Amino acid sequence: MADATLQHDAVGHGLPGEYEAPLFGAYSKKVGMWLFLASDSLTFGALLFAFSYNRIYTNPWPTPFHVASITNATIMTACLLSSSLTMVLGVFAAQRGDRAWMRNWLLATMVFGTAFIVLHGMEWTKLIGEGLTLPGFPKPASAATGELADVSKAVPQFAATFFGLTAMHMLHVTIGVIYLGVVALRKLFLPILGALWLAGWLLIPSDNVFHYGIHALLIGLIVSAIILFLKPKVYDAHDVEVSGLYWHFVDLVWMFIFPLVYLMSTKIS
Amino acid sequence: MHNAATHDDSKGQYFWVWGALLVLTAIEVVLAYNQVFEAVRMLEVLLILSVIKSALIIGYFMHLKFETALMRWMITFSVVACFIIMYFFFFPDAGRIIKLGVK
Repeated sequence: MADATLQHDAVGHGLPGEYEAPLFGAYSKKVGMWLFLASDSLTFGALLFAFSYNRIYTNPWPTPFHVASITNATIMTACLLSSSLTMVLGVFAAQRGDRAWMRNWLLATMVFGTAFIVLHGMEWTKLIGEGLTLPGFPKPASAATGELADVSKAVPQFAATFFGLTAMHMLHVTIGVIYLGVVALRKLFLPILGALWLAGWLLIPSDNVFHYGIHALLIGLIVSAIILFLKPKVYDAHDVEVSGLYWHFVDLVWMFIFPLVYLMSTKIS
Repeated sequence: MHNAATHDDSKGQYFWVWGALLVLTAIEVVLAYNQVFEAVRMLEVLLILSVIKSALIIGYFMHLKFETALMRWMITFSVVACFIIMYFFFFPDAGRIIKLGVK
């Protein structure tokens, strides 16, 4: 800090000791999050391009999504869009200094996010049960004779790109829910997260991919605990706004995954 | 930068944006499920609707509309430029595979 002041004085701008106005007119945490989101958008961009690339040169491309899958994905979309609205209301409450409503709106956002994850998990489980599988991943006995077993053999790039893309997004939503939980509840969130991980691990059958995937919550628990114990703080309106940026980004990415992956592979019966 | 009072005065606009996003999603589902267009045209229409939805999310929910012009342009230009570069790397190659008949 002293160095910055000295440098500033040396070049002769403004009053001695005065800080230069931020270049982007925003506080550094917000600029940092925007830069992260710009880089993360390239991750999803690459995955979406890879999906589209495979789709262009693979003929015929499978269309496994019945009306039930499309309905499920539409409800998931509505959950994410609604969670963005509750997130905005949470940011307003934080800017008003209303901590109780800030917490309530963030919890509502987490509920919508969790609903999205659960619905997506059910969709995955149904598709895997019907035979849409990846080599090396756990699968139930029904997968070998399901209606999509031939799809996995004939067009393996469909399962690879579908699960790769949606798993990356689901991971981001999970991280987002944990992030909001840390901001809203701080240390109180740790036992809740631990209980969710334990319940998921014990209740989900071992032939289900989420029996192992649930360990993402354990990693989240460890990282959250390290942050909360090494740097305990009361999260202010800026922190809530920055967490909101991340959450809206997760919503934004789904706006491309939903039409490209689901709607363009609709099975008309 | 903006303040809480500005936000609270215009809170209603976020409900409108949310409603518009839900309506656009419903339009996408109806178009896709009724196979209104052939595949390539359907892809174009769905992508246009997705870009409109993402612009609403970035502009309003992520508040980029209310940031400084420098921030708006830097974020938008850098990300769009990267996607354009990706497009020219990926898609001509995918088309070339079809033309060459590589299985």
